[in-house]
Amino acid sequence: MPSRIAVRDLAGQPGSTPVCVAGRVVALETDGFILQDDTGCVQVRRAPQPPLGAFVQLIGQTDGSALVEIESETTFTHGSERFTRSESDWAWLSGARLQNLRTRHKLKRVVEHYFDEAGFLEVETPAIVPCPGLDVHLDAIEVLGMRGPRWLHTSPEYQMKRLLTSGVPGIFQLGKAFRRGERGKLHEPEFSMLEWYRSFADADAVMRDTEQLVARIALDLTGSHMLPGLQGPVDVTPPWDRITVAQAFERYADVSLAEVLSDEEAYFEALADQIEPKLGRGRAVFLTEYPAPMASLAKLKESDPRVAERFEAYLDGVELCNGFSELTDPHEQRERLERDQELREKLGRSVYPLDERFLAALEEGIPPSGGNALGFDRLLMLAVGAKHIEDVVALPVGRV
Amino acid sequence: MYDTSDIKKNLKIKLDGVPFTVVEFQFVKPGKGNAFTRTKLRNMFTGAVIERTFRSNEKLEPADLEERQMQFLYKEGDGYVFMDTTSYDQLSLSAEQLGDNRWYLIDGTNVDVLFYNEKPIGVTPPTFVVLKVARTEPGFKGDTSGGAMKSATLETGLEVSVPLFINEGESLKIDTRTGEYSERVNIKR
Repeated sequence: MPSRIAVRDLAGQPGSTPVCVAGRVVALETDGFILQDDTGCVQVRRAPQPPLGAFVQLIGQTDGSALVEIESETTFTHGSERFTRSESDWAWLSGARLQNLRTRHKLKRVVEHYFDEAGFLEVETPAIVPCPGLDVHLDAIEVLGMRGPRWLHTSPEYQMKRLLTSGVPGIFQLGKAFRRGERGKLHEPEFSMLEWYRSFADADAVMRDTEQLVARIALDLTGSHMLPGLQGPVDVTPPWDRITVAQAFERYADVSLAEVLSDEEAYFEALADQIEPKLGRGRAVFLTEYPAPMASLAKLKESDPRVAERFEAYLDGVELCNGFSELTDPHEQRERLERDQELREKLGRSVYPLDERFLAALEEGIPPSGGNALGFDRLLMLAVGAKHIEDVVALPVGRV
Repeated sequence: MYDTSDIKKNLKIKLDGVPFTVVEFQFVKPGKGNAFTRTKLRNMFTGAVIERTFRSNEKLEPADLEERQMQFLYKEGDGYVFMDTTSYDQLSLSAEQLGDNRWYLIDGTNVDVLFYNEKPIGVTPPTFVVLKVARTEPGFKGDTSGGAMKSATLETGLEVSVPLFINEGESLKIDTRTGEYSERVNIKR
């Protein structure tokens, strides 16, 4: 039996060679049917017809436009018109979404290759943790643990930093992160995050990693340094422009940073409404020098401790990643996390315990390091021009 | 009162005494910050669309609208004429007032007409309507290029993506909440 070929490749086959194709019967015709696989459609002449909706594998010969069955060993499944409904998985996965999953696979390999070359170690840390992170505006998903309360992590940060005690030059992880209640064009409660830490390095080094990695992805996918973006193309040629948070307020907002520093909600409102939509249009940009209170795990800038060595990258108005020079002082870290706990209490949010093992690792000592957490689904959206995160994940939360 | 988590397409709210309908909404969360809901709202009096961002703890006032079932009769110039089937009263709504809902009206469709202070300002169509395919390419005939959907124009002018096997003249069930194809139906009208 000849091995199976894609419908797309039928055109290049000589008419006399038997070929095997497999796919779904998507329409019935008078003397046969239309078969569709994940690459295209072909007309098949065969009697009797299999039922509409059945999966069929058959051996045939092309006669110019159609495929003629030559052996009667055709196998087919039961048929159902169910696949034609708009809510069917077939309709969901066909076309651009399936192509996006192929690009996701390709993009993963570029990421692995980049960090391999940089001498990083790929790691997998636990998803179920005793403290999911204390970021004031993130909520975690609780799970039933065997030894006390447990949550799915909102970021693998604590566990990854513990691995830095080993002295490796760098670690990276491409895995899922979980945040309750976040759902929208750029948010899924379960999403893919690429997180990496480079030791004996700082935020600057990690910004260079980001530029180089994204530029390589663009080259691989498009052959240039342009990504399609969500609204328009984005140039990702390194080095990317940089703008401080204070400068961004001056340039784009109708309030100054000083005016909103004491009113967190006004700060984020201006950021969301007036600043973010303008960032990275046409060209990738780093937003840098975050106000110290907005960076719980970052090192403060030595020459100006009012700001932290924290950055975010924006491409076409989309926040792609968040990174910083890691805070390595265990006492300072404990104080900041306790402050976050108090803030959560005040806002009526769940107060998660401190991760004592993470704090112990800082006591043991970790090298000065830079780290970054990058939204992998968003990178894929920018790389294929998808407008909704649901279009680049296999099955979004709404379809699970 | 509504919470921001109640916001969805076609929700009717009141802002400064004016009824608005939600055209589009988006969950927004700037880097590690508070959550917001960014919306596009259509003024139900004028049809004008405005942008408005709500904080996650904000409350929204429902628009107190009265609904009356009426039948769509015909389109006349820029107006769409509806009739109350008990009193035979007639009224006309403009394309702006109907927004996307005008794509779901064929003669004889029963819809809920919305009144605000006794004034008609819009309609709520049934969740599903059945519309005929006016135009679509035959779809496959020797096509091996891939892509499982094609474009079709329906009898009202609405454009939808449909599976390849759909032919002209067939009847499709359309979801008026999303404006998308739902399934093929085998009915004679």
